[in-house]
Amino acid sequence: MPADTVSVTGWGRTAPTAARLIRPRTYEEAALAVRECGPRGGIARGLGRAYGDAAQNAGGAVLDMTGLDRVHAIDADGGTVLCDAGVSLHRLMEVLLPLGWFVPVTPGTRYVTVGGAIGADIHGKNHHVSGSFSRHVLSFELLTADGRVGTVVPGTPLFEATAGGMGLTGVVLTATIRLQPVETSLMSVDTERATDLDDLMARLTGTDHRYRYSVAWIDLLARGRATGRAVLTRGDHAPLDALPRGTRARGEPLSFRTSRLPAAPAFVPEGLLSRTTVGLFNELWYRKAPRARTGQLQRIPAFFHPLDGVPHWNRVYGRGGFVQYQFVVGHGREDTLRRIVRRISARRCPSFLAVLKRFGEADPGWLSFPVPGWTLALDVPASLPGLSGFLDELDEEVAGAGGRVYLAKDSRLRPELLAAMYPRLDDFRALRAELDPRGVFTSDLSRRLHL
Amino acid sequence: MKDAFGLPQSLLVLGGTSEIALATARRLIARRTRAVWLAGRPSPGLDEAAGQLRGLGAEVRTVAFDALDPAAHEDTLGKVFAEGDIDMVLLAFGTLGDQAHDERDPGAAVRVAQTNYTGAVSAGLVCAGALQAQGHGSLVVLSSVAGERARRANFIYGSSKAGLDAFAQGLGDALYGTGVHVMVVRPGFVRTRMTAGLPEAPLATTPEAVAAAVELGLRRRAETVWVPGALRMVMSALRHLPRGVFRRLPV
Repeated sequence: MPADTVSVTGWGRTAPTAARLIRPRTYEEAALAVRECGPRGGIARGLGRAYGDAAQNAGGAVLDMTGLDRVHAIDADGGTVLCDAGVSLHRLMEVLLPLGWFVPVTPGTRYVTVGGAIGADIHGKNHHVSGSFSRHVLSFELLTADGRVGTVVPGTPLFEATAGGMGLTGVVLTATIRLQPVETSLMSVDTERATDLDDLMARLTGTDHRYRYSVAWIDLLARGRATGRAVLTRGDHAPLDALPRGTRARGEPLSFRTSRLPAAPAFVPEGLLSRTTVGLFNELWYRKAPRARTGQLQRIPAFFHPLDGVPHWNRVYGRGGFVQYQFVVGHGREDTLRRIVRRISARRCPSFLAVLKRFGEADPGWLSFPVPGWTLALDVPASLPGLSGFLDELDEEVAGAGGRVYLAKDSRLRPELLAAMYPRLDDFRALRAELDPRGVFTSDLSRRLHL
Repeated sequence: MKDAFGLPQSLLVLGGTSEIALATARRLIARRTRAVWLAGRPSPGLDEAAGQLRGLGAEVRTVAFDALDPAAHEDTLGKVFAEGDIDMVLLAFGTLGDQAHDERDPGAAVRVAQTNYTGAVSAGLVCAGALQAQGHGSLVVLSSVAGERARRANFIYGSSKAGLDAFAQGLGDALYGTGVHVMVVRPGFVRTRMTAGLPEAPLATTPEAVAAAVELGLRRRAETVWVPGALRMVMSALRHLPRGVFRRLPV
């Protein structure tokens, strides 16, 4: 199999390391790659959307799984799909929407693979209703460290270790996923503004249950009484009769159309995203949102994946890259959330992609991120002075409140805090020690955090 | 592994009693560094340095290392890397020599060159190979402004640092894209034991300031770091002075 030594980073473009990139085209090639990956092990990689070092393996092998991209079978009556791990959610939408089905969970980008969705146990705007991705996985085939392939079903330790296990239990080869029925490919969206953080939390607590999808964009640069002001966008798949008669949309209610702008340039000067530019952007974004609007029809990309419209948007942070920080704290810990939002606002972190969401029930994965409560995600340029120490302080707040940070986004957590954040870490380590005693599955993330 | 800010979890210091190196180690231990190797000639000073860093919470081990014995470098340093990944190597050994004395004693002058240059070539290549095999890591090389343009007052030391600096730059280019980052640090006059008693040069700095510049350089994945930063401009002017003028400068 051809293998190139290449420099690899996550989506945040920090901490590059070199690895042999192997692109298996068959399950046998994948098994061979795992058996022969050498002393520094291997890790599966999908479309590289994890922000940190989860899909890097310095000095070892990285299995680019996007070569395994077949959709094997769709049960258009029962609403399930069997596909390879390297299939993207974008591809699934292309093939499923015309049949009246949608992926059960989508994150803020549809350019993630099914394997990555299981490995990170991703969540979306419907977490408060539908839970994480792995809750909709009926089974998957896992290639383990011994080079064998087995079927894994929910309720077993291997399933729960693999869901959110960051690829460290094995390589997912195929998965069977339960789908969400839809009548149209459009979203019916309600938008409203919240004047501050308390208003925002009250609105989310009070009315989230009415919506299948809910998220709030939050202005972390707003200060004073406006601290935590936000724009809520919530909605559901539009039913057929919500589409005006005689329009093209009504004629082809299930067509999936996407459009993309030109890609971000390869070189962007450092400091383009400064407090001034981001402050201006945030002000405009907040002002342009209607105070209250209901039933607006939006396409799926506009509602779920606005950033996918700009290929390589991660380049706008310049060569220094950026850090995405996402944490969750439980219900009853609103004070911690308030304090953190105030601290970020006081520190003037130029973050224009901050979102707040209310999670539903916790998911079964041992290292799955969601727990019932509040999750805040923000992007910050890595070059911001003092950012490392500041995020360490936020970690202490989060851990002290029984919360956690999201491993799929992490690139800088202090390893000592991990066990407090993930109580089932010991079970995970024990299962790994038994299943993979030689540590075949290794990533920069697992080295850094001793997973 | 280094984190998103380039902060290492494990550190190997070559020249384990260097004040600049220890200031850097203290700073990095306060961030993410937990495992430290101090390589140097066995001495009470080395043990004392190790003890001091242990007091900060790091797990510190010492290893016998002599820049003047390049034949042993592969073996000595290979054992360190065999114990686990090294995220950052700080090549900090060096000697100033005594210019006036060394001009009359070629043997002593050669020892300065062997320590600062050939010793560093050997140790640098051994570490570069090990870092490349692990696919990540930073090699931070302590050069000096003295290597930018050799001065009458200390050209033996200066020429050795010039060689080291050129070597490290070339090594950095050779390792580009391999996951290994080479950073050349060019401090000006640093107030340490090595410079005690010497007349202080303009823009003199401290080991702590060099350590801070190293941390910043790691975050930026910089290839060259001047300490203080203003020296970059000063030296770029000095570099272009005609010989006759440069010779007469009171530096």
